[in-house]
Amino acid sequence: MPANMAPSSAEILRFLPEIILAVMGTFIMVLDPLVRGKSPKIFGHISILAMLAAIGASIFAYTNPGPAFSGMLMVDGFATFFRVLVLGVGILAVLSSYRFLDRERADTGEYHALILFSLVGQCVMVTANELIMIFIGLEISSIATYVLAGYLRDDKRANEAALKYFLLGSFATAFLLYGVAIIYGITGTTNLSAIRAVLSNTTTAPAGAVVGAAVALMFVGLAFKVSGAPFQIWAPDVYQGAPTPVTAFMSAGPKAAAFAVFLRIFMTAFETVGTGWEPLVWVSALLSMTIGNFAALVQQNIKRMLAYSSIAHAGYVLVALAARSEIGTAAAMFYLAAYAMMNVGAFAVVAHLSGKGERRLSLNDFAGLGVKQPLTAALLTIFLLSFIGVPLTGGFFGKFYIFKAALQSNLVWLTVLGLLNSAVAAYYYLRILVVMYMHEPGEATLAVEPLSFGLSAALILPAIGTFVLGIFPSALLQFADKSSIFGR
Amino acid sequence: MNLLDIVICTPLVGFLLTLFIPRSKPQWVRVFTLTVSVIAFVLSVGLATGFNSGSSNLQFVTDFIWNASPEIHYHVALDGISLWLVILSTLLTPIAILISWRSIDNRVKEFFGLLLLLEFGLVGVFAAFDLFLFYIFWEVSLVPMYFLIGIWGHDRRIYAAVKFFLYTMAGSVLMLAGIIFIYNRTGTFNYSSILDMLGSGRLSFTTGEEMFLFLAFFLAFAIKVPLFPLHTWLPDAHVEAPTAGSLMLASVMLKMGTYGLVRFCLPMFPGAARECAPWIIVLAIIGIIYGALVALVQPNMKKLVAYSSVSHLGFVVLGIFSFTQMGLDGAVYQMLNHGISTGALFIVVGFLYTRRHSLEIKDYGGVATVAPWLSTVFLITTLASIGLPTLNNFVGEFLVLQGSAQANFKWTIFASLGVILSACYMLWLYQRVFFGETPEGVRHHMPDLNLREWVAIVPLIILMAWMGTAPQTFLPPVSSATAHLLEQSKMNVPLRVHAAPAPPVIVAAEASHAR
Repeated sequence: MPANMAPSSAEILRFLPEIILAVMGTFIMVLDPLVRGKSPKIFGHISILAMLAAIGASIFAYTNPGPAFSGMLMVDGFATFFRVLVLGVGILAVLSSYRFLDRERADTGEYHALILFSLVGQCVMVTANELIMIFIGLEISSIATYVLAGYLRDDKRANEAALKYFLLGSFATAFLLYGVAIIYGITGTTNLSAIRAVLSNTTTAPAGAVVGAAVALMFVGLAFKVSGAPFQIWAPDVYQGAPTPVTAFMSAGPKAAAFAVFLRIFMTAFETVGTGWEPLVWVSALLSMTIGNFAALVQQNIKRMLAYSSIAHAGYVLVALAARSEIGTAAAMFYLAAYAMMNVGAFAVVAHLSGKGERRLSLNDFAGLGVKQPLTAALLTIFLLSFIGVPLTGGFFGKFYIFKAALQSNLVWLTVLGLLNSAVAAYYYLRILVVMYMHEPGEATLAVEPLSFGLSAALILPAIGTFVLGIFPSALLQFADKSSIFGR
Repeated sequence: MNLLDIVICTPLVGFLLTLFIPRSKPQWVRVFTLTVSVIAFVLSVGLATGFNSGSSNLQFVTDFIWNASPEIHYHVALDGISLWLVILSTLLTPIAILISWRSIDNRVKEFFGLLLLLEFGLVGVFAAFDLFLFYIFWEVSLVPMYFLIGIWGHDRRIYAAVKFFLYTMAGSVLMLAGIIFIYNRTGTFNYSSILDMLGSGRLSFTTGEEMFLFLAFFLAFAIKVPLFPLHTWLPDAHVEAPTAGSLMLASVMLKMGTYGLVRFCLPMFPGAARECAPWIIVLAIIGIIYGALVALVQPNMKKLVAYSSVSHLGFVVLGIFSFTQMGLDGAVYQMLNHGISTGALFIVVGFLYTRRHSLEIKDYGGVATVAPWLSTVFLITTLASIGLPTLNNFVGEFLVLQGSAQANFKWTIFASLGVILSACYMLWLYQRVFFGETPEGVRHHMPDLNLREWVAIVPLIILMAWMGTAPQTFLPPVSSATAHLLEQSKMNVPLRVHAAPAPPVIVAAEASHAR
């Protein structure tokens, strides 16, 4: 029935953010040869405008929520939350890129176009209500991110990062696809709600072992994408090698989108077989927290340390998933928002300090930043305190909600071990504070340039956000609560 | 907005305003922060005069919803215990600012600003009657102290600061787990409602749960006190901190731990508390004697005072877990006493340090001949610290020992050893520093107290005498609060009495049951 295939205008509206991003990304590509070298900043401005427009469109689309394209996409509160989140991360990443790209003489249109394309993929991921769409979104996002990781072509480390990320990422996607294939084979559908219906119907439910295999395969693929242990090996190398603003971007945006997919698949389609996958998530959460935190303790390179910290934080979010409740989902959403802000902020400081060619990345290069640039140091302090989970920051309430959800689901041991883990984590974040405030200024901090406008914005906005989430958390949490039932 | 809210907010507003004072005007920072802290103190004295000491009800209550889900209230109030600890915090902050006036000359703005932020956290901890709010203030007070030690401390400051932070953090995360657990069970963080639910039997924990919760809270507080095997952060932190930091740490922050024991562990988990009391008391007594013995052999004055704190705080814990009215009164009174006399000790040690730039006892001697007033002040403080009658510590120690004797006489015998030992180490310290030969370095670098130092120390000296001779000024509000707490800790165990205020008959029945 070809007539019915034509999308209605409401459906197009629900897909508008992706359309805007894709069109603007293409536009930048076309514009690139025309203005290259003359006014490189224009691409950044355009992409920020595009992302702002996409945020507007996402919010507008939420005024009339519902499915689109035969139920392949589902615009609900959950999708809107994550759309705005990943777009916000994109804006902050671009803001922190201006000075960086200028410094590395690499300010071209393709960088911004790739960010926009990656965002298209992420927006599709978080909206998708069907396994094939999820896979397509994941691929769009991943491929753009692989290229971004190797964006500095002359940098060996960046090349290594990109290659590693690409090879291992492809592997993970293959696992995911295997899982999708099995699910389609046993249920005859790729629609999440339909899969749920099949799996929960006791008379027609397929054999447990096959379902288990499918769930496990998809778990592997997704755990890779969120850098959850034991599939986290790639993260430190890739985060370290990629250009810092890109690291900021991919450790927050694609990760949040992958978690959105994780939550949506496991809490809708596989919710009824939850007792089966809960131990899997439980172990992965504990391993991620422990490996991440303990490995971070001994790092000297700041990007590597933050990479391990991001593994640990993925572990906290997995705790929320292990809680298998709507409260847990809401807690994970809240945490990802808080985490995105502090993480992008922290990496933006690193980008600011690292200098041309990113040579200054050791912990000691932060020595005396508190004296040379009190504002930058104070902002980084806010992010670090939020990482630690000190009250009145977003990170604290994020942890609080997650462990509250976990206790409510009787995950007492996971809670206790997770909280003790966060005390361990305090040590390496404190090391940065120590170096920053308690050591004399070194070569790196003496040479540091004043904060540019873009970077200040990329630091001050998330700092404000961190405080807002830390002092008035309930507005966001209530929205997350409302959205945590998905569109089902 | 009542007086208590103003007292809590004043230091916070002061801190925020300090951030806007230009870096080039350190003197403005000093004057401004001193003014703010004096205002906060004067206002907090108003709390004492307006306080109805006969009542065990919460006073100066403010309660509004701060966060809707989960429902966190900004719920602050005072009872007789909080009252004095709040005033202790507001009294010591201006003193801490005064004694740092000259000795802190780098990053002045940050230092004095952080002192105000610390005061905000401390006052909040003692005034919070919402579990969550309490936790927030608890952690907020941690951050400024971390920076105070880490930036302005002595040689091993970084090690000490990190150790301090991690110890406290490790304890408090488990307390957070406990708080969340209680919330999931009751749906509220409100201290009074939780106690009401416990008292009326609407909320009850199994023995295992109660023990888990008790230990989760207890560990956080025991680290802060610090109780014997968990005390190792304390000598480092006290020795490495700048004088103002040591002062605030010893005088007020340690009380957060003992306050928490009294406020939360006793009434909320009475069964587990009684179960564990003998073990805790053994640890407390070990702490009393061990702290005193280690203090005896310290070559470093600050370290000596630090270990004496371990010993003194053991008395407080002993009083708390004796479960007697006198013991609890004494424990609370001893918290205040320790705040004043040990605070004063750190201040006078700081005076010596600013003159001679050494904390080693062997670098001193014969100070009494060159600086007689300084020596007199030190002597009075020493005598207060060892519990000379008519000075403050005597009253507290007497009450604690009396209370513990009612519970178990053996405890008293062992604990009294600590009193004797404290005389040994303090008098010996005094003798080595103030009498004997006067080394060259002391003779020429030991001016007597100046006006600023007088202003800083005199209030504490007056209080030592006042609290020692007229405890009736301070004790009545404490007693009505501790009596109420003791009642609650009896009421919930072993019989759950359904009527809220227990008539005397039931108490008697309970007492016989307890035997």
